[in-house]
Amino acid sequence: MSNFAKTFSSSLGKKLVMALTGIFLCTFLIVHLIGNLQLFKDDAGQAFNAYAYFMTHFTPIKVVSYLLYASIIIHALYALMITSANKKARPVAYAMQASNQNSAWTSRNMGILGTILFIFIVVHMGDFWWKYHNAELPYARYEISLDNPNDIQVSEVPYDANRLVHSEIVDPQAGKKIIISKDLYKVVQNAFQTWWYVLLYVIAMFALAFHLVHGFKSAFQTIGWNNNRYIPLVRFIGVWVFGLLIPIAFAAMPVYFFLFK
Amino acid sequence: MKLDAKIPAGPLAEKWSKHKFNLKLVNPANKRKYTVIVVGTGLAGASAAASLAELGYNVKAFCYQDSPRRAHSIAAQGGINAAKNYQNDGDSVYRLFYDTIKGGDYRAREANVYRLAEVSANIIDQCVAQGVPFAREYGGLLDNRSFGGVQVQRTFYAAGQTGQQLLLGAYSALNRQIALGTVKMYNRHEMLDIVNVGGKTRGIIARNLITGEIERHSGHAVLLATGGYGNVFFLSTNAMGSNVTAAWKAHKKGAFFGNPCFTQIHPTCIPVSGEHQSKLTLMSESLRNDGRIWVPAKTEDAQAIQNGTKRGNDIPEEDRDYYLERRYPSFGNLVPRDVASRAAKERCDAGFGVNRTGQAVFLDYTFAINRYGNQEVNRLNLQDADEEKVKELGIAVVKEKYGNLFDMYKQITGDDPYQTPMKIYPAVHYTMGGLWVDYNLMTTLEGCYALGEANFSDHGANRLGASALMQGLADGYFVIPYTIGDYLADDIRTGAIPTNSPEFDEAEKAVIDRIQFFMNNKGTKSVDFFHKRLGKIMWDKCGMARNAQGLQEAIEEIKALRAEFWQDVRVPGNAESFNPELDKAGRVADFLELGELMCHDALHRNESCGGHFREEYQTEEGEALRDDTNFAYVAAWEYKGEEKPVLHKEELVFENVKLTQRSYK
Amino acid sequence: MNLTLKVWRQPDTNSEGNFETYKANDVSEDMSFLEMLDTVNENLIEDGVEPVAFDHDCREGICGMCSLFINGRPHGPLHGVTTCQLHMRSFKDGDEIVIEPWRANAFPVIKDLVVDRTSFERIQQAGAYISVNTGAAGDANQIPVPKNDADESFAAATCIGCGACVAACKNSSAMLFVGAKVSQFALLPQGQPEREKRVLAMVNQMDEEGFGACTNTGACSAECPKEIPLSVITRLNREYLRASLTSKD
Repeated sequence: MSNFAKTFSSSLGKKLVMALTGIFLCTFLIVHLIGNLQLFKDDAGQAFNAYAYFMTHFTPIKVVSYLLYASIIIHALYALMITSANKKARPVAYAMQASNQNSAWTSRNMGILGTILFIFIVVHMGDFWWKYHNAELPYARYEISLDNPNDIQVSEVPYDANRLVHSEIVDPQAGKKIIISKDLYKVVQNAFQTWWYVLLYVIAMFALAFHLVHGFKSAFQTIGWNNNRYIPLVRFIGVWVFGLLIPIAFAAMPVYFFLFK
Repeated sequence: MKLDAKIPAGPLAEKWSKHKFNLKLVNPANKRKYTVIVVGTGLAGASAAASLAELGYNVKAFCYQDSPRRAHSIAAQGGINAAKNYQNDGDSVYRLFYDTIKGGDYRAREANVYRLAEVSANIIDQCVAQGVPFAREYGGLLDNRSFGGVQVQRTFYAAGQTGQQLLLGAYSALNRQIALGTVKMYNRHEMLDIVNVGGKTRGIIARNLITGEIERHSGHAVLLATGGYGNVFFLSTNAMGSNVTAAWKAHKKGAFFGNPCFTQIHPTCIPVSGEHQSKLTLMSESLRNDGRIWVPAKTEDAQAIQNGTKRGNDIPEEDRDYYLERRYPSFGNLVPRDVASRAAKERCDAGFGVNRTGQAVFLDYTFAINRYGNQEVNRLNLQDADEEKVKELGIAVVKEKYGNLFDMYKQITGDDPYQTPMKIYPAVHYTMGGLWVDYNLMTTLEGCYALGEANFSDHGANRLGASALMQGLADGYFVIPYTIGDYLADDIRTGAIPTNSPEFDEAEKAVIDRIQFFMNNKGTKSVDFFHKRLGKIMWDKCGMARNAQGLQEAIEEIKALRAEFWQDVRVPGNAESFNPELDKAGRVADFLELGELMCHDALHRNESCGGHFREEYQTEEGEALRDDTNFAYVAAWEYKGEEKPVLHKEELVFENVKLTQRSYK
Repeated sequence: MNLTLKVWRQPDTNSEGNFETYKANDVSEDMSFLEMLDTVNENLIEDGVEPVAFDHDCREGICGMCSLFINGRPHGPLHGVTTCQLHMRSFKDGDEIVIEPWRANAFPVIKDLVVDRTSFERIQQAGAYISVNTGAAGDANQIPVPKNDADESFAAATCIGCGACVAACKNSSAMLFVGAKVSQFALLPQGQPEREKRVLAMVNQMDEEGFGACTNTGACSAECPKEIPLSVITRLNREYLRASLTSKD
């Protein structure tokens, strides 16, 4: 085995893989959230659909997205490998274990939280990513006044296999910009009309919060960063940004659509 | 048999250098033809095993614990002395030598002690190189503290865990050799007999404490680094497993036992709380630097404290008796251990003791807290600080210096020592006596060496604080690696020692017979039952103060107890598995013999010196009265079975120091 | 006070074990936990039952021999205290106390509550030392060591090797122990020449012994009787990563 392979097959190396993929996934969450904030724009989904098109058709982003899928799978696979080895490390269980006296619940249940998240990701991608790429979705046609960008007329265009996913024409005579894009916004809107679906999302975001409250700082621990000066910052970001802000913002989307759209 | 200490001739300061030159050497290529057995892996054993293996010898090391690192050296708190003179306060090899000889009440060998002082500096170098994290100053250099009985700062330390850090250093060196294959380590093994073949020690019989298997191990020399025998008192600061068995077996096979009655009773231990007590806990001597020791001056106050109607804080200043400061104004609370212990006993015997049992004195930190608090107030310029603030600041300083000890005290007693004075009482701590060895550390058994606390050599009748660690490591790192070569050089043609000789058969049979006896004996009392009774006899009659009548009684009582033990001891379980009761039975059987020898020794020594205080021999003020004309010798005892042991004397020659009455007044 | 003990009994490594219930009566609050067990054992011996085997030696919290998983926690309910320093005033009359051995694949039970911790020995033999022969050292004050480093190194070196970290960890991970050993040497100038080799070898041995991986729960440090900080694990991670990237071996 080469030295490098040896490193990554050790218990510390495997954890390092978990940490690196985990941090990468955390950065993606930020990008994903910023994009999804377009959902709150009152433009009948035009910005959101443009964003969806950008994310799926801009080559560098596409490369990153494949890295992302790989990261999710590697993160999960390594978690399984480590968990199974950890189980073997204690063949006979304690009759009594007062773990709550010495460690946080989240830190002991990353596997369960991670599993919830994994199921969620599969459902989530099936509903949006898969549909966007493969389903025969209708198009939305936006007529935007060049004088007043807030003046948007929207109409539905039926599915057409030959149509581009996204097209833009500026018609100076009419004083309009016409955008026709695959209408992912509608899919989102429809999905979030179902109460149990919204609930699933909210639960998943709870899982995300707990997963990251431990996971974010834990990743830095595993990478070996422990300078007293910036560790408080890492902890702060872990709790307030990844443990609260991001999950709440994500959870707000289905709730908002369920209540107001 | 005439005892020959083999002390080299010549001026004191040149003895060791010249001796090293005169010792025979073993050629590096030949060293691998030898096997050396090391029993015990404390400071002396681990350092010896590692150093000999580094030289190229094959080493087999044995310890009864599950790891060599757990040997009881680990529990030493205060520090290790070395004549480095880093503080520029006038320390020197000669001063360390002199302090040690004087502290030992002139009952140690000059040449050995000088050598100890000489190599002390190398020990610190070696330990630092191994990564021992000694306390340091801000400049990055080593820090020192002072200890009882001396006037220079020469003690190196690692918080209150110096023994642990030094042992981990020696242990790491040992581990390195184990990994290299030069040391074969036998954990959870107990040596149960020594084997002599053709007049030389050639091996041991050991029991695997997990499987119960009896094993034969042969070697060209056997090193006993098995520590002291304080557990003969049942209650001591030793570890539960500390025992005399290895040394005693050697004694029974011909090694003389030197000064067995020299026992150190440490003044600052946590008092006995009840019958259930299994061991006593030491509070570092360093506490006497800042604490003041007292008892109530009035008997009625003492009684009120004993029956719980008053507490220490209730006694007004004028009704307190700071007896050490009263009796020894110049050294005060920092008199040597033996003096401090006896003074505590004297007060308690007179009815001024303060525990429920009346067997305790106060160690009071109120003054230190106050003093440190005021210092802080000045340093921080807090003019309007009230009493509470001063106390708070003072407590913070004390916490930083002694926090772990105070925590430990609170843990054990349930009392908060920051608020109420601690209760302390002397307890058995160290045994200066041990196997008699010559200058080369060889016992009277050829090829059998004794190192560290297991030998008698360097501390005379009383050991100074922070000197035990020094001696253990000196013996292991810097003495035995030289002196053993001189003996082994003659063995060059011997080759491997077979373990199928009649001598091994015989020794193994004796071991098995004894184990079988224990297993088959249908007694009714547990081992501890006898051990506790032995301890009580020893403590009452061969403890801090002894007298002829008591010692004679003790000898008879121990004989009777021994007979009862062999008749009525019950050992449950079986011999073919892990059986701690069986291990204990063997150890206590040996203590029952040793105890008697200690009493014989104490009885014959008609003087008081160091830790040995014979009530008949004291000055009018109650101080120890030494008799240099008749007793300036090492008492080396030869085992004679059921008969009375035979005394051999090694006269102590003092060419460099003048024998004076120790005075700490 | 009177107590009920549920104690794990197991004759040897290969046998099945089970819990036995014993009464401990007239327990004084001044007793240490082990002294309480001593008295239970005395009674068992009197009744002709083999006493409960447990490891112990110094009984002053420093040798690291004692173990015991007491009511779900290594070394019992108090922080920063070994079993031998735990006193019965931490319990109350009528309590039921469950006593188990350390449970880990790498710590097989020898008998009852006694486990085999030689896996720790082998980890240390893999590299927890500085290769300096006796006599080869220069003057101790030749190399100044910054006080902070010396203190941090000391804090790591206070590890008593009891195994409570492994016992507490849900993964039976030995990271706190190994982290303490690696940190002690990594922080000192004397430890530099073998810095990379040491951490790689020790981690490798740790994995071979069958300890689990660290999931940063912090249970080890929270239960450590010597309160070894979690930062030693961070340092171990860093040292390992560093060595993996830079080692010349």
